[in-house]
Amino acid sequence: MNEGNGQQSNGQPGAPIELSKKDFISDQEPRWCPGCGDYAILSTVQGFLPELGVPTHQMVWVAGIGCSGRFAYYVDTYGVHGIHGRAPALATGIATARPDLSVWVVTGDGDGLSIGGNHLIHALRRNVDLKILLFNNQIYGLTKGQYSPTSEEGKVTKSTPFGSLDHPFNPVALAIGAEAAFVARTIDNDRQHFTEVLRAAASHTGAAFIEIYQNCNVFNDGAFAAVRDKQHGAQRNQIRLEHGKPIRFGEQGEKGVVQKPDGSLEVVDVEAVGEDALLVHDAHRENPALAFSLAQLAHQPTGPTPIGIFRDVSRPVYGEAMDSQLEMAEQKMGRGDLAKLLLGGDTWTVEEPENAS
Amino acid sequence: MDGKEVREAGPRPGRFRPVAQKTIEERERVVIRFAGDSGDGMQLTGDRFTNATALIGNDLATLPDFPAEIRAPAGTLHGVSAFQIHFASDDILTPGDQPNVLVAMNPAALKVNLDDLEKGGIVIANEDGFTDRNLEKAGYGSNPLTDGALDEYQLYTVPMTTITVRALDGIAGITKKEAERSKNFFALGLLSWMYGRPTDVTERWIERKFAKKEAIRDANLAAFRAGYNFGETTEIFAVHYEVKPAPAEPGTYRNINGATATAYGLVAASDRSGIPLFYASYPITPASELLHELSKHKNFGVRTFQAEDEIAAANMALGAAFAGHLGVTGTSGPGLDLKAETIGLAVMLELPMVIVDVQRAGPSTGMPTKTEAADLLLAMYGRHGEAPLPIVAAYTPSNCFDAALEAARIAVTYRTPVILLTDTFLANSSEPWRLPDVDSLPSMDPSFAERPNMGTEFLPYLRDENLARPWAVPGTEGLEHRIGGLEKEADSTGNISYDPQNHQWATDLRAAKVLKVADDIPPLRVDDPSGEAEILVLGWGSTYGAIRVAVDRARDRGKKVARLHLHHMNPLPKDLGDILRRYPKVLVPEMNTGQLVKLVRAEYLVDAQVFSKVQGQPIFAEELEEEIIRRLA
Ligand code: SF4
Repeated sequence: MNEGNGQQSNGQPGAPIELSKKDFISDQEPRWCPGCGDYAILSTVQGFLPELGVPTHQMVWVAGIGCSGRFAYYVDTYGVHGIHGRAPALATGIATARPDLSVWVVTGDGDGLSIGGNHLIHALRRNVDLKILLFNNQIYGLTKGQYSPTSEEGKVTKSTPFGSLDHPFNPVALAIGAEAAFVARTIDNDRQHFTEVLRAAASHTGAAFIEIYQNCNVFNDGAFAAVRDKQHGAQRNQIRLEHGKPIRFGEQGEKGVVQKPDGSLEVVDVEAVGEDALLVHDAHRENPALAFSLAQLAHQPTGPTPIGIFRDVSRPVYGEAMDSQLEMAEQKMGRGDLAKLLLGGDTWTVEEPENAS
Repeated sequence: MDGKEVREAGPRPGRFRPVAQKTIEERERVVIRFAGDSGDGMQLTGDRFTNATALIGNDLATLPDFPAEIRAPAGTLHGVSAFQIHFASDDILTPGDQPNVLVAMNPAALKVNLDDLEKGGIVIANEDGFTDRNLEKAGYGSNPLTDGALDEYQLYTVPMTTITVRALDGIAGITKKEAERSKNFFALGLLSWMYGRPTDVTERWIERKFAKKEAIRDANLAAFRAGYNFGETTEIFAVHYEVKPAPAEPGTYRNINGATATAYGLVAASDRSGIPLFYASYPITPASELLHELSKHKNFGVRTFQAEDEIAAANMALGAAFAGHLGVTGTSGPGLDLKAETIGLAVMLELPMVIVDVQRAGPSTGMPTKTEAADLLLAMYGRHGEAPLPIVAAYTPSNCFDAALEAARIAVTYRTPVILLTDTFLANSSEPWRLPDVDSLPSMDPSFAERPNMGTEFLPYLRDENLARPWAVPGTEGLEHRIGGLEKEADSTGNISYDPQNHQWATDLRAAKVLKVADDIPPLRVDDPSGEAEILVLGWGSTYGAIRVAVDRARDRGKKVARLHLHHMNPLPKDLGDILRRYPKVLVPEMNTGQLVKLVRAEYLVDAQVFSKVQGQPIFAEELEEEIIRRLA
């Protein structure tokens, strides 16, 4: 390990260090479009980070390319703004080399699901200790408005004047499909819900994936209105998942979710089936099938849509596993000795001429 | 292979007693090629023969030739696997142009390799492999062992499979099929007798290797001894040969191939610098060997990571570098294409990183198991924008060790990605290596930043005398900073800048930093004994051995020829231009269509000419020798 930075803070909350929001605000002025959802995300994250008790020098923020990519410049910790799509891979290098660091990744729907889709699923499957925030705005913002892999079918944009033909990804379903151990969804402007999800993600060791519905008011305004904005019925449509509680929603909690005999889920009137018939959310269930079904309940956020923590289970963490392999190798083989290594295999000696027989 | 002294042999020590007196002839140098079906174990046979050869102190060079297809049908021309060894009682520089001896386990092996054999050379054929079916698969209308096709050669036909099976009779737990599989050890035994290789090393190796499978161990031992005895006792072989040890500098030696030497060089760099090694790579032929080798050395704190793709591997190495490790990624041609964008990011981040490119033949998938050195310009220029970086090229298998150390030293000192070029030929071939004294290896100081460098502020792009920026790793209090691929104020804050003048200036600065590496390159040593050579042969990479031999031979023919080999490809050594201008002619042998030639012509305005070979094979000394003579005519 590196000399001179032996701090062993592993990013868990509760360490007794006094930090405030301003400790996490860098000297760079955020430059998103006025009204962009990214401002709210930045503010919520900066407001939340102090409670982790992780000193700013033990934390690294890694971002890719896209509007979300600038995030890395704005949090006053260590940070890398990498290339398009590769942030999870870059961060995997950091977290695997240095499991003592708290490593956060910011990506977007284009960055993380299109050009960098491969790295995202592999980071999740390996369970590298990364907290991955995917800002989903269902559009390419930085390149000025092409449809993205989460845009709804038929999306009319500059690159698809006749409407897009692609079936979109459901990021939460994708992450669960990759067997991510922690998968959640939240909304940019819901500071309280977002903070709760961040808290749970931070206390999860291993890869944590958070999809954030982020409004791009310039190129895709209102994409999440049905679940984001009160005037569009957010209270009616948000299915707030809570571990151990029956899944119900609606202004008066009049709707609920039941599991049918064939395993699929269905939205029902609570009155019609009775509260006991409702599905009780179990985020800690090993089998990801139910979490996947919940993700599929709404393929697009235009009607009742689950938010919150879909899955939170524990699996071996990649960086720790690698460290323990190194330790075991050292125990078994002894600390590496370079001279011995070079001498390995069959050797022969040529004597000085005067000693030669 | 001029026979020198011929003398009678007395009874040889060891367990085998001769029934007939045999003649020993001395040879200065011998080239043997073992060839068979890919399932015949020829690589292993060659490898063991090499080991025994190394241990008696011959100088040697080897070259394996794998079939391109993993599971080519048995007996076909595509499925032939070969291993060539050149050993001698004097200095050896190449695995040899033409074999003197061809061991052919089946008709396909004979057919594929016979053209290379020297006229009048020795063919040792496994008679049992020449079945009608195998003859047909190799496209032979009649049996070349009996139809006179090999009349110009010294042909020995030996029923290796039959004798092996017979010799293994009575070993419990060995099926006939398994017994037949031991025939490569019979061949090894026979050749060991013919060339006086020590048997004890091979026997000890078999005992160690198969310690857990007793029946197989006993079978292989019995087959090996049967082969040795067969040479000693039958009258087929009247002569055997001796190749005296080569004079060598005093020291401890081992045999090493380029892949292992590269891996050891990286481990040594980590060991010498105290920076943990982080190697990320995606499986690719032939660079996977590096991943395999490094994965064994976890007790050196080496982290190896098999990434999901080439791009990920490069990013992981770069991420590890940001986190304070020696980030290395290895690949071959196609993978270097994929890593280009990440290497550009490393140029902008100015972090130490080593990218190993084990070059292979052809564009696209090309010929993955064959050698070529056609990635020089890709390494130089294969990134968008102006993204210069230092390039180091290894030139012999054992030199891969030094080259890896040098690449790491430059990366750490100058905070820059460095491309290390090796090739398939270097990675696979082997030579004796005099072990360096570990304490005398170059050390490198990461000098991690520990405190603010501008009053109470930390400027991540403030530069030192090498124009290198500070390496401040996460975990260091007070040095929090953010870096990225956007253009930046490149001499101080690293803050994003779109200022036109700044971009001009930052571009020049990044180039100047790479040029600065030339300050460390020692003066070139031109090999020009007469001092008045009419032609300079300028080489780089694995052509080193062939160039030396070719130049020596041309000199033997009375020609005045100078020779120079480059190790640093970017920046080029400062004295190179003056040297090139001294010679009326400059010839550059390259395993590409002329890439170094383009560089030196552009850089120094000299009329350098290329000798190009792109056949998936190394350049041979003989063809180069003729080229030198032709150029002087
Ligand atoms: S383009 Fe959209 S996502 Fe990008 S900064 Fe502007 S509002 Fe935000």
